[in-house]
Amino acid sequence: MYVAVKGGERAIENAHRLLAHERRGDREVPEVSLDQISEQLSLGVDRVMTEGSLYDRELASLAIKQARGDMIEAIFLVRAFRATLPRFGATEPVDTGAMQVRRRISSTFKDIPGGQILGPTFDYTHRLLDPQLAAGFSPETPSMGEASSAATPRVTDILGRDGLIEPSPGADAEAPVGDLTREPLSFPADRDLRLQNLARADEGFLLALGYSSQRGYGRNHPFAGEIRFGEVEVEFMAEDVGFAVPLGSIAMTECQMVNQFKGSATEAPCFTRGYGLAFGQSERKTMSMAMVDRTLRARELGEEVNAPAQDEEFVMSHSDNVQATGFVEHLKLPHYVDFQSELGLLRKLRKEFAEAAQAPPMQEAAE
Amino acid sequence: MNAPAYNFAYLDEQTKRMIRRAILKAIAIPGYQVPFASREMPMPYGWGTGGVQVTAAILGPEDVLKVIDQGSDDTTNAISIRKFFGKTAGVATTTSTADATVIQTRHRIPEAPLHGGQILVYQVPIPEPLRFLEPRETETRRMHALGEYGLMHVKLYEDIARFGHIATSYAYPVKVNARYVMDPSPTPKFDNPKMDNCPALQLFGAGREKRIYAIPPHTTVVSLDFEDHPFTRYRFDAPCALCGADDSYLDEIVTDDKGGRMFVCSDTDYCESRQAAGHRGSESVAPHKERAHG
Amino acid sequence: MVESKNPAQDDQPLLVAENLAKNYGRLTACRDVSFALYPSEVLAVVGESGSGKSTLLQLLSAQLAPSAGRVSYRMRDGVLRDLAALGEAERRFLFRTDWGFVHQDPAQGLRMAVSAGANVGERLMAVGWNHYGRIRDTASSWLERVEIDVDRIDDAPRTYSGGMRQRLQIARNLVTEPRLVFMDEPTGGLDVSVQARLLDLMRNLVSELGLAAIVVTHDLAVARLLSHRVMVMKGGRVIETGLTDQVLDDPREPYTQLLVSSILPA
Repeated sequence: MYVAVKGGERAIENAHRLLAHERRGDREVPEVSLDQISEQLSLGVDRVMTEGSLYDRELASLAIKQARGDMIEAIFLVRAFRATLPRFGATEPVDTGAMQVRRRISSTFKDIPGGQILGPTFDYTHRLLDPQLAAGFSPETPSMGEASSAATPRVTDILGRDGLIEPSPGADAEAPVGDLTREPLSFPADRDLRLQNLARADEGFLLALGYSSQRGYGRNHPFAGEIRFGEVEVEFMAEDVGFAVPLGSIAMTECQMVNQFKGSATEAPCFTRGYGLAFGQSERKTMSMAMVDRTLRARELGEEVNAPAQDEEFVMSHSDNVQATGFVEHLKLPHYVDFQSELGLLRKLRKEFAEAAQAPPMQEAAE
Repeated sequence: MNAPAYNFAYLDEQTKRMIRRAILKAIAIPGYQVPFASREMPMPYGWGTGGVQVTAAILGPEDVLKVIDQGSDDTTNAISIRKFFGKTAGVATTTSTADATVIQTRHRIPEAPLHGGQILVYQVPIPEPLRFLEPRETETRRMHALGEYGLMHVKLYEDIARFGHIATSYAYPVKVNARYVMDPSPTPKFDNPKMDNCPALQLFGAGREKRIYAIPPHTTVVSLDFEDHPFTRYRFDAPCALCGADDSYLDEIVTDDKGGRMFVCSDTDYCESRQAAGHRGSESVAPHKERAHG
Repeated sequence: MVESKNPAQDDQPLLVAENLAKNYGRLTACRDVSFALYPSEVLAVVGESGSGKSTLLQLLSAQLAPSAGRVSYRMRDGVLRDLAALGEAERRFLFRTDWGFVHQDPAQGLRMAVSAGANVGERLMAVGWNHYGRIRDTASSWLERVEIDVDRIDDAPRTYSGGMRQRLQIARNLVTEPRLVFMDEPTGGLDVSVQARLLDLMRNLVSELGLAAIVVTHDLAVARLLSHRVMVMKGGRVIETGLTDQVLDDPREPYTQLLVSSILPA
């Protein structure tokens, strides 16, 4: 005898408890601390802050712990928290030119004012799994040196001085900066919303699109003009005192790509740009972002649009991994009512098909 | 650490105001999709954030809330959403369609007719009825603005040419107030006629796609069709095995692995109310007297 | 859908171009183009590639805005309207009802993944036809008229040959009985025998329906067969214009003479 299914509430409660148990894992194993995550898995924390659109190492570490290491789940937690925070306003634009540089490289010139600084990087390491890291490893003290007070002007500013590269699109000082989290996106999108969309976009998605452009799907000959990582000051205009107040500094990575030159009937040709900016040390992200920023400008620059990386609606509608995973995973929700409708229609069509297949011989018999 | 404090029904008042403005605009233009700045909610996009934001924006302390998914109060996501509002708003909740003031639903319209003063909030995954014919938002916006719905009819024509029928069984497109073509959300086409001239206010929230639309009470809602291929409701031709109803949408329950099947009302409140009133079906527990079906 | 022709309007021009020009930066695609087109008149615009004829067609069909000059069209109510002054809704409506545009590549003027019947019926549905049977019957009769086997009505143009696709594109354009049809190299890319058959069909349809048409082509044979008047373009300007037979039999301009004499003897 059939009894209607009940008890969903109990099932959910039990599922939550089981999840918490799995998350903790073997109780004999020491519990991971937020400090450990922030210090030793710092690149993961950087990613969660960037795509979560919130600079708070402690909260990002908590999110990673709560999400059991699932980065997109962690990003979701951070975003949901961010949505509850009161908004005071926007900071002054950060001056990345004044960055306290820890790493700074350019592929366009052999040497640049301020020098090429390798900094802490996986580049040039040999990807050999190191068993020494498995059990308590104390690395050597890094070599020390005098911090240089030499200026580190942006490579793109150097090129710009001679007019060799297009100027960075100037923002209208009077116009308010758009906020992607407060207004719905519509196309064509202005540069501010486009860059916000790319800044919080899924790193893997942008990586694939950037890669595709290098392989010919919307190629624009990128050179890494400059990648810099370090601390920048954040300032907020305090109305009551009438000047910008420093709030502290945050770690950021900036990438300027120098791309295919372009001229017009009325202007001499010059290099074009792509721009990427992210929290923490996020080179893959900023490089991909800069490449996609440039490919999305195809229409603006009069280039033929025929590759996915150049399709603004396609890229910007699918770059948000929290939205993407929500919709992909929503397929786990019950859909049996609609499935029932489809079953009904299908059965009807199959019945008609079977009847039609039988019909002709009967007609002949009648004749 | 920054510990969060939550407002009534989770959303802050400014956000609620923004959503209400969108709702008012939607009511003023029946069937038109109003863009709104959807917030990141504590449940994933695609799991009802649009419906939850609409409900959160309109809920007051005196409201009585019912939440259903696939017609049932007891499915996992309906429970999860009901608990969410229980926690953040503390409003009274119910499983009774008649007693609710606000009903949030996914994929079904309740069988019991709604009355004036009730609000039905639909969860919508893809608000754009033309989306699968024309993927570009810029183009579909233009089509709606100019009332260019030829493409929609092309799809219906193709269905008839290929299958002999219009091959849409759910999310069946409708024309609202003789102006905008609208997607009613993935409700089975069986439910479409309930939207027409409904005494309740119908609100539609799509969180991920960031759109809100509405059908004010007593608005005409007509399912698209051809004169010679008129819209028909589909329903499995059998009464509910538990309550005997022959006018409600049925779920198919697989009872064994030999092809055993049973059909039961999808709307659990409707079915239970009928059983409480003495109606019985072929699979009911106690022996009974046959009662006239209401 | 039969629109009664207003005899009193036949002596009024249907389309008027005045000093049309289009520049791209320092490049002049076309300039100083002026003419008037009358109802039921077919005008051929001939020239080699780079002559500006395709740009001119885009200007005349309001798909490009002119850098200078004006295009005016006489609407069904008799009023001559500047195309640049039309709202987007009006322009799109015009394109779907009173005008036709036949692309050189039929794939651009058809929905390739949708059946032939739906391709022809779409314009009807767009103006409110709501009876499947009637839409299908109308589509069928048009398929017959353009000599496509009616049994192919449910097949998508993806399964059609080049010549059939072009004929389908013509049917799709003519179903709303437009008064003006623009054609861009309508027989380009087709086999010679297929071209001949298509031109014959087009000539008959144009005269049966009393269509006005502007046909852009590099092929003088097409101009000779279809048009009453011809405009020869070179370097963005009209260098010679007149009745087709006159211009092709007795060309005045050296360039026109060159074009005419370049036709390979049959």
